Amino acid sequence: MNAFTETSINRPLIDPWEGFSEGKWREMIDLRGFIQENYTPYEGDAAFLAGPTARTTKLWADIAALLKLEREKGVLDVSADRPSSITAHDAGYIDRANELIVGLQTDAPLKRAIMPNGGLRMVEAGLKAYGFDSDATVAEIWTKYRKSHNQGVFDTYSPDILAARKSGVITGLPDAYGRGRIIGDYRRVALYGIDRLKAAKQAEFHALDDAVFDEATLRLREELSEQFRALEELREMALKYGVDLSAPAVTAREAVQATYFGYLAAVKEQNGAAMSLGRVSTFLDIYFERDLAAGRLTEAQAQELIDDLVIKLRIIRFLRTPDYDALFSGDPTWVTEAIGGMGEDGRTLVSKTSFRVLQTLYNLGPAPEPNLTVLWSVGLPRGFKDFCAKVSKDTSAIQYENDDLMRPKWGDDYGIACCVSAMRIGKQMQFFGARANLAKALLYAINGGVDEKSGALVAKGLTPITAEVLDYDEVMAKFDLSMDWLAKIYVKALNAIHYMHDKYAYERIEMALHDRDILRTMACGIAGLSIVADSLSAIKHAKVKVIRNAAGLATDYEIEGDYPAFGNNDDRVDEIAVWLTETFMKKVARQPHFYRGATPTQSILTITSNVVYGKKTGNTPDGRRAGAPFAPGANPMNGRDKKGFVAAGASVAKLPYEAALDGISWTASATPASMGHTEAEQVTNLANCLDGFCHAGGFHVNVNMLRRETLEDAMAHPEAYPQLTVRVSGYAVNFVKLTRDQQLDVISRTFHASM
Amino acid sequence: MTFDLPRARIEPPLCAPHAAACHGFLHSLESGAAVDGPGMRFVFFLSGCQFRCLYCHNPDTWKLHNGREVSVEDLLAEVAPLASFLKFAGGVTFSGGEPMMQAEFVNATAREIKARLGLHVALDTQGHLHARVADDWFDPIDLVMLDIKHIDPERHQALTAQALKPTLDCAARMVRLGKKMRIRYVLVPGWTDGADEVARMADYVASLGPSVELVEVLPFHQLGRAKWAGVGTAYQLSDTPTPSPDEAEAARAVFRARGLIAC
Repeated sequence: MNAFTETSINRPLIDPWEGFSEGKWREMIDLRGFIQENYTPYEGDAAFLAGPTARTTKLWADIAALLKLEREKGVLDVSADRPSSITAHDAGYIDRANELIVGLQTDAPLKRAIMPNGGLRMVEAGLKAYGFDSDATVAEIWTKYRKSHNQGVFDTYSPDILAARKSGVITGLPDAYGRGRIIGDYRRVALYGIDRLKAAKQAEFHALDDAVFDEATLRLREELSEQFRALEELREMALKYGVDLSAPAVTAREAVQATYFGYLAAVKEQNGAAMSLGRVSTFLDIYFERDLAAGRLTEAQAQELIDDLVIKLRIIRFLRTPDYDALFSGDPTWVTEAIGGMGEDGRTLVSKTSFRVLQTLYNLGPAPEPNLTVLWSVGLPRGFKDFCAKVSKDTSAIQYENDDLMRPKWGDDYGIACCVSAMRIGKQMQFFGARANLAKALLYAINGGVDEKSGALVAKGLTPITAEVLDYDEVMAKFDLSMDWLAKIYVKALNAIHYMHDKYAYERIEMALHDRDILRTMACGIAGLSIVADSLSAIKHAKVKVIRNAAGLATDYEIEGDYPAFGNNDDRVDEIAVWLTETFMKKVARQPHFYRGATPTQSILTITSNVVYGKKTGNTPDGRRAGAPFAPGANPMNGRDKKGFVAAGASVAKLPYEAALDGISWTASATPASMGHTEAEQVTNLANCLDGFCHAGGFHVNVNMLRRETLEDAMAHPEAYPQLTVRVSGYAVNFVKLTRDQQLDVISRTFHASM
Repeated sequence: MTFDLPRARIEPPLCAPHAAACHGFLHSLESGAAVDGPGMRFVFFLSGCQFRCLYCHNPDTWKLHNGREVSVEDLLAEVAPLASFLKFAGGVTFSGGEPMMQAEFVNATAREIKARLGLHVALDTQGHLHARVADDWFDPIDLVMLDIKHIDPERHQALTAQALKPTLDCAARMVRLGKKMRIRYVLVPGWTDGADEVARMADYVASLGPSVELVEVLPFHQLGRAKWAGVGTAYQLSDTPTPSPDEAEAARAVFRARGLIAC
């Protein structure tokens, strides 16, 4: 007996699709078709928006009080007694009578769940770090009876992978935590209802009844059964809150609630590194428009529903370890919502609800989550551009990604997983690959694979450079071999990780909200782009002498003369950065096997692990000192972009998206006053800069508008800045939750000599 | 108070008229400035200035040879890749230092930028040297941002070590030439923020008529302080406070009361 033995379809008495188009979306699961045929583009300005109601303000104040307690304790509470699942916890509320949208991950706000399928050790370390006891039964089950993803991976790792992982030439691999970066199409729950979704999964399952039962088919059939069960569990979960998701949503409130419940089930089941929401704003707007037109909803009520949804998204929590938080900074969840963009037919996908989502940053104050991501296009309506620029200026809480680059590749219904990874919603997923440290790979090229910090031989088969002065051609030849070695180890590790993640920590509900047959990418990444580009530029254009220790290991470098540095719009070095991006991508793509037929891609993104990578990497030939942070993402090295941020952006924009389809991250910071004398000037200048960067082919930019005094005061008096938000490589974070090193890094990157 | 500072003695290099090959001295450049002219500006900071303003925040630009030698083509090569952006977002600004110290070089570069890239060009100057150049020197300049340091001749001399009159003559000349102007006035507590001083300045600027599109009241700040260490002259304003936002607004109000737009 499998999960598909029975299904009941209860037709609702009223027609939830009344007033919607007659299209193919009625016959098959087709969210994009539904949106395209039913949404209302909005070309106006922000004047229609409503402020917070007293209800919203009170609810947020309740949460703010709990957030304060959480900051003091690190973790407010943990439900350590039971492994989380979609149905593990009873209903929980912030203030039941006052909530318009309900649902918490456990039975109380900010109470974190445990998810041992990723790895028991991670759970136990997290509990211990924050002073909570582990549950003996949970420990017994995941020791004696149930294997975790983490155990599976380490059962297969080879010694070369372990050595590379230990030295930090590959860092942050999702081998001990949930990989995340999968976006369920949570909108399907609202538009179709659970019964219909289950029926569709059932059809997908039976379509394989006559297939050859090879391993791939059997895995898929088992997964489809799990997906079907997860949908049923989602219905049960909602029933605990008195909501029946069997049928499609009828009202705007039901649509918001159903979409959120779909997402909530995902974050009850998975502690993924990034748990994006997708692209729900303009979908929900269709319901808002229908209710507004029928007189069932006012603007203030529409805004309340979005405010309430965003409050819920702001309190998504996972139990993680302090080490993990140091790597990723703060306590991130990456509830990324992609907003705006243009349609393939030329109409803007901006709706009034695109504005309403941004308005939450005023109604509730700034916050890092949800990770609001504007899909920028030169063609966006002026009113929306200006509003985005204003919100950026006031809150620093938005990131921008180039819709004009992504749309031709991924269509017009893609979302952003985590920070910069575009994927068609419900039709594509990725195997998250963290990143390889190319700066260290360059040092291995010079030292013949011996680690510059530990002295251990990590990369076998390389020979060291013995010359006193580095010769460009010799370095390039050896670096080529070192990158070959790195790409091979890296892809082996990722194949192991994702095989085991599918096996032991499969994302049941997220994948239930996907089509059966999807595109999988293997998202590799590189760190240290600007360090390597600058190092190679120094070796080529200046003279770099090697300083070796007693053991003959190159541990430092002496540069004579000047060299062009990445970030000054200077082709002599920018071309090296382009070459590096393309070359490592080719080396990855050349590997013999990618798990599950995944398409390899690459990102230039470090999140804030740029600080950790820096600590693990010795002196580099560009003059960077051992331990000093890497530049985040594709940023130029701190202080070397001497010509200002437009030239820096022009350098970054040269990096080819084709060779980094998982995204290229740039973080730009300025003070509001430096962007113009008046608010109107600041808004116009910022919007024009975004247009310019987009037009030049730039992919992503975090915009920070900060004052140095504010950041310094926040370091001294964190309690006074609970909501101060800064953007760092791909996502936003509460500044006061960063480690001291990271805070200093943000300040020094933001305010250098020209200020 | 006067200062015994030598006048800048180094003569700037001469250029053949409109020669693209001529050379000048560049202190630095900034590709994304938003407060040095309308919109986003690509700013060339040229080295050399004959003023010795007590509040100078770029004293490292005083000496011509503190810059690196560059050609017109060098500067064009810096701007050209960003021209399509600057075209809709702003333009190019010559600042310094005092760009008119290198009048021929600036003119040659500005003409090439106009001819080849068609960008908006602004000149940030104290105007002192304007008499050295012919009227057509200003042809490629769309906007003159004229820094008037003080309206009282004696105080001007004390503050900058130079006379006021050439600057006011320059303003009058710009009116005659029909050039758009922005007047920049640095508000320095104890030096330029007296009620009478501000009122006289505002009266004067208002008398220039519609040529003045904007008055920028720039609050003094201490960010240039560290740069004084290297110039061999004592920094006298180390105890001078930064005007509060309210004080800056009050000064702007004095200009606005005369029908001027001030920010």
